[in-house]
Amino acid sequence: MLSNTEKELIVQIWDKMLPVAEDIGSEALLRMFTTFPKTKTYFSHLDISPRSEHLCCHGKKIVQALAEGARNISTLTTTLAPLSRFHAYQLRIHPTNFKIFNHCILVTLACHMGENFTPVAHAAIDKFLSAFSAVLAEKFR
Amino acid sequence: MEFIGQLPPLFLRTIGQTHLAEIHGRRPRRPYLNICPVLKPQDTMVKWTAEERAAIEAVFASLDYESVGRESLTRLLVVYPWTRRYFGGFGNLFNTEAIMANPKVAAHGTVVLQGLEMALEDMDNIKKTYASLSELHSEKLQVDPGNFQLLGDCLTVVIATRMRTEFTPVIQAAWQKFLCVVVAALRRQYN
Repeated sequence: MLSNTEKELIVQIWDKMLPVAEDIGSEALLRMFTTFPKTKTYFSHLDISPRSEHLCCHGKKIVQALAEGARNISTLTTTLAPLSRFHAYQLRIHPTNFKIFNHCILVTLACHMGENFTPVAHAAIDKFLSAFSAVLAEKFR
Repeated sequence: MEFIGQLPPLFLRTIGQTHLAEIHGRRPRRPYLNICPVLKPQDTMVKWTAEERAAIEAVFASLDYESVGRESLTRLLVVYPWTRRYFGGFGNLFNTEAIMANPKVAAHGTVVLQGLEMALEDMDNIKKTYASLSELHSEKLQVDPGNFQLLGDCLTVVIATRMRTEFTPVIQAAWQKFLCVVVAALRRQYN
């Protein structure tokens, strides 16, 4: 459950990340592919080498979707319905990978924000990412 | 086709496994030749490249154990509140401010990092290094081993906030491999 303070904090953080969406998104993806190579199996159709156009473009899309979700936390299920269908029926990602990617997003935010990524911000973003992934995975079965 | 029905079940399973192994691109096993494989110790040991060892040592060298230890344990208790169940004797852990100011949390954070450092002494024998700690956590402290991963994640996030761009994806990969091995060693004595 997110308190009102946490919801505001989440919106603030993602609004700050939007101007650098390509950097944040591509870095999170790159961290995931480097630390957890099995996740690359879902991207055989893209060039996911560091700083590639595909990686930056895909990373930007992800951060934009996260920012959109942050602005509509109370209606996540409705907001993410198309993405939820896409992940369930077309991508069919193994559910454990959501946690892996969430962790890499947290590490990326920590690297960028430094000490501004406080324990309270960490908790809020972690809860948000869990809720976001749960909605993306809810149509899986 | 009737001949197939006369083949022993183990042989039929082997044919099936061979076919499936080929589909998945793996070399098929031959169970008749390898019924009870004797693995040499070096077959099951974790292998570290020189770059991985250097990366892990570099991360440790950059750490202020007191500060990073305190913050990692604080984050564990704040981000994953159920972990507070293991620290009943630490006093006030009721809210974020209390946790951040708690001296026992700070002290124990340092103990955790000193414990992690033990692995550096013999990176090829991490299982042996943590045998007694594993027993302590399973038998006496009764900690759900799922929480080891969470503390590792919190520590990784704290390191990222300190090292910033120096915590590259390659260094992160080596560090997370190290944590994975330590967590596996700590889980070993759980029956």
